Amino acid sequence: MTKAVLRLNGIERSFAALKVTDCLSLDVLEGETHAIIGPNGAGKTTLIHQISGALAPDAGRIHFDGRDVTDLPMPARAHLGLARTFQKTHVLPSFTVLENVALAVQARAGSSFRFWRAAAAEAQLNAAAMAALATVGISQRAPIRAGALSHGEKRLLEVAIALAQAPKLLLLDEPMAGAGAQETHRLVETLGGLKGRYTIVLVEHDMQAVFALADRVSVLVEGRIIATGTPQAVRDDAAVRAAYLGDAA
Amino acid sequence: MLASVRIAGLAAAQWQALAFEERLATGLFLPLALLPVAAQVLGGYLLVIGERAMILGIAALSLQFLIGVAGLISFGHAAFLGIGAYAAGILASHGYGTLALALPAAILSCALFALLTGSIAVRTRGVYFIMITLAFGQMAFFVATSLAPYGGDDGLTWPSRTLAFGTRVLKTETVFYYVALASLGGVYVLMGRLVGSRFGRVLRGLTDNERRMEAIGFAPYPYRLAAYVMAGATCGLAGFLLGNEVEFVSPAYMHWQRSGELILMVLLGGSGTRYGPIVGAIVYLLLEESLARFTEHWKVILGPLLVVLVLFGRGGIAGIVERWRLGELSLVTLWAASTTAARTQRERVMRGLRRAEAMGAGVLDRTIPRAKASAAAFAARWRQCTMSVGEAVVSLVLSVERSISTAIARWRRR
Amino acid sequence: MPTSLILVQLFNGLQFGVLLFLVAAGLTLVFGVMDFINLAHGVQYMLGAYLAVAFYRLTGSFFAAAALALPASLLFGLVLEVVVLRRLYARDHLEQVLATFGVILFLNQGVKIVWGAAPLNMGLPELLSGSVPLIEGLRYPVYRFAIIGVGLAVAGGLYVFVNHTRLGMLVRAGASNAAMISALGVDIKRLFTIVFGFGAMLAGLAGIMVAPILSVEPGMGDQVLILAFVVIVIGGIGSIRGAFVAALLVGVIDTLGRSFLTDALRLVLPPSPARVIGPALASMAIYLLMAAILALRPAGLFPAKGRA
Repeated sequence: MTKAVLRLNGIERSFAALKVTDCLSLDVLEGETHAIIGPNGAGKTTLIHQISGALAPDAGRIHFDGRDVTDLPMPARAHLGLARTFQKTHVLPSFTVLENVALAVQARAGSSFRFWRAAAAEAQLNAAAMAALATVGISQRAPIRAGALSHGEKRLLEVAIALAQAPKLLLLDEPMAGAGAQETHRLVETLGGLKGRYTIVLVEHDMQAVFALADRVSVLVEGRIIATGTPQAVRDDAAVRAAYLGDAA
Repeated sequence: MLASVRIAGLAAAQWQALAFEERLATGLFLPLALLPVAAQVLGGYLLVIGERAMILGIAALSLQFLIGVAGLISFGHAAFLGIGAYAAGILASHGYGTLALALPAAILSCALFALLTGSIAVRTRGVYFIMITLAFGQMAFFVATSLAPYGGDDGLTWPSRTLAFGTRVLKTETVFYYVALASLGGVYVLMGRLVGSRFGRVLRGLTDNERRMEAIGFAPYPYRLAAYVMAGATCGLAGFLLGNEVEFVSPAYMHWQRSGELILMVLLGGSGTRYGPIVGAIVYLLLEESLARFTEHWKVILGPLLVVLVLFGRGGIAGIVERWRLGELSLVTLWAASTTAARTQRERVMRGLRRAEAMGAGVLDRTIPRAKASAAAFAARWRQCTMSVGEAVVSLVLSVERSISTAIARWRRR
Repeated sequence: MPTSLILVQLFNGLQFGVLLFLVAAGLTLVFGVMDFINLAHGVQYMLGAYLAVAFYRLTGSFFAAAALALPASLLFGLVLEVVVLRRLYARDHLEQVLATFGVILFLNQGVKIVWGAAPLNMGLPELLSGSVPLIEGLRYPVYRFAIIGVGLAVAGGLYVFVNHTRLGMLVRAGASNAAMISALGVDIKRLFTIVFGFGAMLAGLAGIMVAPILSVEPGMGDQVLILAFVVIVIGGIGSIRGAFVAALLVGVIDTLGRSFLTDALRLVLPPSPARVIGPALASMAIYLLMAAILALRPAGLFPAKGRA
C-alpha cells in the first residue's frame, strides 16, 4: 500500500456566508502526479492556500508526511518538505536567477543567522542551485536579474526554486497560466521529466497538460471533490461531464 | 624622483582597480581622516562639526540598514541616540563612567529597548510600523523628561568624558575625533559585511517578496526583529559618542523631530548605498549651520526644501551620483530636460488659458441669449400682468361708475 | 482619594478624549481612504487655535471667531491639499512622511514668524464661562461640558454620515478599495479632496475649542498628533468607531494616570522612588496600553474590513 504523502480530512473553509471548501477529503500517494481540476470559482486557489499554509481551514485536519500540519505556518511546512509555485508569479525580482534558487537552498542548509561571510560566495549553495536550474533548463540565465525574465522563464524559475527545496511534495498552482504554446510545451516537458521522482499535486485548467501528466485526477466543484480516478475514468464520469467537461468532451 | 613616479603609478593603478563604491568610500574617509590637519589651520570648530557629522553618520547608517535592507521605516530611531547617551551619562554621574562599563551599558540598553519595543512593532508593517515606532520614541522622550534626579527636561551634564583605561585620553579632541572616525569606519565595514551575508540576503529577500520567502521557509519575524535590535544597538554606539562629544544629554536627543532629521539624512544621501547616509549627514549639518547663520527662522526654509527634495529628488545625492556614473546625467541632458520642462509648463499654462477662455466664451454664449430670453419672457409676463391688472382696474372703475350712474338715474326718476 | 476628585479627572479625561477623537477621525479617514500618512494633521489643529485667537482679537466674540475660524481652517486644509499633498498620494510612505514633516517645520516656524513664539491666550465665552454642580460640593466648568457635548454630537453625526448617506458609503468603499471605486466611475480626486478637507476641518474645530483653555503656541499640534497616531493604531486604521473608542480610552487613561498614579504608587512604594517612577510611568501609560493592545490584536481593536 503506497503511503499517502498528503492527506486532507474534512477540510472546511468559509468567507463570511460563502462556503468555499466543503467537507473536502483527499489523499495524494507517494510518487504520483495528482491533478486537481475544476471550473472557475470551485475553490482551487483556496484549497492550495490551505494546503501550503497561507490560509487556515475552519475545520478538518491536514496531514503531511505523517504529521499533522494543520496549525503550522507556511515557513514551517516548507521546512518539512512542502514546496509550492504560485499562480501569479512570485520570484524575487531584484535578485539574480541564481540567487533566487540559492536562497531556497540556504533555507535548508543550516542557520541563516550568519552575519559575516558573503553568502553569494558559498560554493555549496551555488552548486545545488545550478543543479536545480539545469533540471529545469534555464542555467544559462543564471546571472540575469529575475525581474528581467520572460513570463515563461519565470514560471520555470519558480519550478526550479521549488525543486531546490528538496521537496517531499510539489504543489504547482496553474503553472501553465498565461503561458504561450511554446512555453506550455516546454513546461509540460520539464514537468514530465519530474514525474515519478517527485510527488506532484498539479492544479490546472489546461486539459491537455493534465491528461499528459497526471496519474490520477480529482475534480473540484463548488468546494467539494466529486470524482477521483485515472484521467480516462474521470473523463468518462457522467457527473464530471455534467458539471465541468461538458458532454462534448 | 623615479621612485616617487613609480609610487604614484602604483597608486593610480590601485585606484583604478577599486570598484566605484570603494573609490567613493576612500574619497569620503580620506578627507575625514585628514580633517584634523586642516583644523590646525582653520580652527578647532571644524573638528567639532566633523565629529558631529561622523556620529550622526553612524546613526544614519544604522537607520539606512533598517530602511533600505530590512524595509522597516522607523520614525523613532532618535530614541536610541538618547538612550545610549543617557546610559553612559547616568553611569558617569554616579562615578562609573569608564569605557568598560559605559560603552557596553549604552549598547546593551539600546538593544534591550529595541528588543522590547521591536517585539511588538515588528509584527506590523507599513503605516502601522511608522506610527508605532514614533509612539515608542516619544515614550522614551517623556520618560527622560520625568527623570527628575537626572535633570528631567533640562538634561544631564556629564562630569567628564568617559574614562578610557583609567585615563582622560578622550578629553583630547583629536583623539576623540579619531575614535569617532574609527567607529564610523568599523560600522561601515560591518554594514557592508552584513548586507552580503546570509542574514542580509534573507532580509533583502523579505523586502523584495515576502510571500516567496515564506514559501521557501523563511519566517519574517525573527529576522526583522534581529535587524531592529542590531540597528538599535549600533545607534546606541552613536549615542554614546554623542553624549561624550558635548558631555551633556537631554531628552531633546530623542524628540521625534530628531528622528525625522535622521530619516532626512538617509533620504538626502540616498538609501541605496553605504556612503549615502554619511554624505547625507554631512550635507544636513552643513545646511543647518549655514541656514542658521542666515536667519533664526531657518526651519521655514528647510521645510519647503524637504518637500521639494521629496517631490523632485529621486534617490537623493547617491541617486544623482549613480545616474551620473551610468551616464544618464550630463549637463546636456540636464539642459535639455530643463528646456523641455519649461516648454511643457508653458504649453500647459497656454492650454489652461485657452480652456478658460473657451469656458468663459461658452458661458457667455449660453448665458447671454438665455438671459435675453428670460428677460423677454419676464417682460411679456409683466406686460400681461400689467395688462390684466390694468384691465381689472379699468373694468372695476367702469363697474363702479356704472353702478354710481344707475344709482343717480334711479334717484332722479323717484 | 476623594471621589469628587476622581470624577473631575474622569470628565477631564472624557473631554481630552473627545478632542483626540476629533483630530484622530480626520486622520484615520485620510489613512483609510487614501493610504496617505499625513504628519501635517497636527498643524491643522494648531492653525485652528491660532485662527480662533486671531479672529477673536478682530471681533471680540468667541462665537464669531469660531464661526470664522472653522471655514478658514477648512480653506487652509484644501489649499494645502491642492498645492502640496495631492502630489504625494502616489508616493511611498517614507516620502510622504518626509514631505509632511517638511510641512510641519514650515508651518510651525511660519506661525512663530507671524504671531511670535510667546503663547497666546483667549478668554472663555461669556455664555459658557460658568460652572455647574456635579455632586455635593463639586462644580465643573460649563465650557468643558460643552466640549464633550460638541464632540459627542460630531461623533454621532459622523456615524450617521458614514453609515447612512451615499457619500459616507463611498468613503467606506474607498477605505476598502480605492482603485475599485475609481474603476466604477467615482471621481476619486474629488472624493479625496472632500475627505481631506473634512478631516482638516475637524482638527481645526478641535483647535478652536481648545484655544480658550490651553495656551496657544507653536508646536502645540505635535504631541496631539502623536497621541492621535496612538489612538488610530489602537482603534484600527480606517475605522471611525475604533477611533472613538480608542480616543476616549486614551484620554481617560492618560488623564487619570497623570493625576493619580504617583499617589497610587505611594501606597506600595516609599515616597522617594514613587515620586520618580510615578511621573515616568504615567507618561508611559498610554504607550504601554498601545503595546498591550497590539500584542493581542496587531491590527487594532476594530480594523476596517477588507483592507489588504
